[in-house]
Amino acid sequence: MMLAAGVLALVFARAQGGGDRPVVIASKPFAESYILAEMFAQLLEARGVRVDRRPGFGATELAFSALRSDAIDVYPEYTGTGLTAILHEKPAASAAAAFQRVSSEFRSRYGIRWLAPLGFENTYAIAVRRATSDSLGLRSLSELAKASSRLRAGLTPDFIGRPDGLPGIQAAYGIRLADVRALGPAVKYQALAAGQVDVIDGYSTDGLIARYDLVVLADDRHFFPPYQAAAVVSRRLATENPRAIAALGELSGRLDEPTMRALNKRVEVDGVPVAVVARDALRALSLIDVSTQAAGDEPTRGGLVSYLASQRATLARLTARHIELVVLSLLAAILIALPLGLLLERGAHRAEAVIRGVGVLQTLPGIALLAFMIPVLGIGVRPALVALVLYSLYPIVRNTFTGVRDADPAAVSAARALGMTDGQILREVRLPLAAPVIMAGIRTAAVIDVGTATLAAFIGAGGLGEPIVAGLALSDQRMVLSGAIPAALLALLVDGALALVERWTRPGGV
Amino acid sequence: MSAAAGATRGLTTAAALSAKDLHKKFGDVVALDGVSVEAEAGSCLALVGESGSGKTTLLRCFNRLVTPDRGEIRLGDTDVSSADPVRLRRHIGYVPQDGGLLPHWRVARNVELVLRLRGEPDALQRARRALTLVGLDADKFADRWPRELSGGQRQRVALARALAAEPTVLLLDEPFGALDAITRSELQDAFASLRDRLRMTCVLVTHDLHEAMLLATQIAVIRAGRVEQCASPNALASSPATPYVRMLLQRARIAEPAAT
Repeated sequence: MMLAAGVLALVFARAQGGGDRPVVIASKPFAESYILAEMFAQLLEARGVRVDRRPGFGATELAFSALRSDAIDVYPEYTGTGLTAILHEKPAASAAAAFQRVSSEFRSRYGIRWLAPLGFENTYAIAVRRATSDSLGLRSLSELAKASSRLRAGLTPDFIGRPDGLPGIQAAYGIRLADVRALGPAVKYQALAAGQVDVIDGYSTDGLIARYDLVVLADDRHFFPPYQAAAVVSRRLATENPRAIAALGELSGRLDEPTMRALNKRVEVDGVPVAVVARDALRALSLIDVSTQAAGDEPTRGGLVSYLASQRATLARLTARHIELVVLSLLAAILIALPLGLLLERGAHRAEAVIRGVGVLQTLPGIALLAFMIPVLGIGVRPALVALVLYSLYPIVRNTFTGVRDADPAAVSAARALGMTDGQILREVRLPLAAPVIMAGIRTAAVIDVGTATLAAFIGAGGLGEPIVAGLALSDQRMVLSGAIPAALLALLVDGALALVERWTRPGGV
Repeated sequence: MSAAAGATRGLTTAAALSAKDLHKKFGDVVALDGVSVEAEAGSCLALVGESGSGKTTLLRCFNRLVTPDRGEIRLGDTDVSSADPVRLRRHIGYVPQDGGLLPHWRVARNVELVLRLRGEPDALQRARRALTLVGLDADKFADRWPRELSGGQRQRVALARALAAEPTVLLLDEPFGALDAITRSELQDAFASLRDRLRMTCVLVTHDLHEAMLLATQIAVIRAGRVEQCASPNALASSPATPYVRMLLQRARIAEPAAT
């Protein structure tokens, strides 16, 4: 009980912010969003505003939910996404109409402000390999429609579902693809380059279009409405920090499409760190002093080993956070699941239903669970811990229940017949005999936990998921591996350490 | 008290142990259907019957592992139904069929169990004495794990565990049932001589009429939750009261006019 109180106190202490909160800047997990968020951050810092960077939120719902509950203060968003994904409205006819609509609706419904657009327009771009374009004579979506029955598409799930996505172009152009596969943003370019699909969706400002030498098909019937990028700002920041709003406003209208595409290319193709690209961009716009130093000014592409070495301080910090997440959530899960398993064993007729209920938690998609918790718990470590605890309960509850229930029936019955009380039987017979089974459950939970804790990166809680998410977004394999390798080693280490604990708890003679 | 018990036959408080008109149902299954038995101090009452006859249920009523729906059980002057079950069990020896040793405790710790539960001093010394009593070398066996023992050794340890606290009443549930014939007969001899020396009151559940004849002073034949006949071994063998008892005797090849 003391331990439980300690863990809870720690969890809450971790999540308490100070009174003078820095401006919390978030992004979504793709390169352009990272770059814009970093530009916001450096600009604010140059104007003397303290910032807290929480890039890589896992999805629009997470970032929006966090902004709406004032857990974050600003992130870059697109008017089209605001219109269709958040307001659930039809695509707008023009860029100006779209901005008009989101800026008035967000303010009246959520108190969220759209600052004046950054300048460039971004829209969906349908791309094919140059060879495909040349051999089939494809230059526009109308021409794609004619050849579409022979082509396979790999599209983001988002695009497949949105009315301004695949259903829209099917209707507008009569496109009928031979096969449509859902591919994540991180893999669709590789899949296209490797010839596994022939058509993908992207954004008109994607740097990878140049990297893979792709041809963007012209939207000759002007189906995709041009959407603008802008900073969206929380109600709290808008009302409390006019200095920050003014500073962010300095970027409005300053980034045109060629500039943004060049910035994306530097990150996605040339592998220049986001912080450097953002700093150079702000200098080029004369928004910050040339002498301003930014973090992360390092050599670009190089070997994995030298990259890991150069990142060791960051990786040590992320690993420490990862361990903290795993240890705290596992302890809390044990403190909840172990007594729950024992309690259920006493009222066995209801146990199966309850354990199945706990099992259902396991099937909730991580992003949905996190989105659900943000309004209550904010962002960062606290919701991440709660999610991890929920994901860790099942194997421990199940194994505790089964282990105690099935502990050597002959021994248990003899113990009762010789005058042990129920409590003595539990403590001295059933628990020791069930210990190996319970420990196996804890081990399972721990290893799952190490993997699941990468989710924490989706809500700004850090951990080894951070380089994995960022690396996938920025097409940087080394960055992905710099998170994935320590995470895998950590899983092995945790499993090995718990194997020792398991041996130690295994009663003699069994 | 044993004088009084000897003087009076029938269900009286003088018996060391008695059950009177016990009824017990498990769901729709009738396990005990008006059973009455008693045992004098120092005697050994065997409950003989086939699987499902109710003999084990009856045994388990004596230490309140089973609570009868109706009827009265007395141990000496104590009404079992009003006794604290945990305290009661700590004063009654119990030997289950499979030994029921706690697998995560060494032999000595197992044998000490009841003494420790009762908070008595010198548990280890007394446990070692009990091991010697049942024919096991305490030096050799005290530190062994149950899994390192043979079946016969395990039952001896279970017997030592029941005897270590020197109970006045010992309940045995098919204690030798799972052993091979040679080991069983060794243990039966050991038990018979122990019972002579310790003068405990025993209730022995068995399906083996031979074993009952060998070890018991009274045999109660139980069938379908009722007592068919309760008599001394000789009386049972010489004058079976029902066709069922006669059939059991014949099946066990026990000659009708037994010794005496």
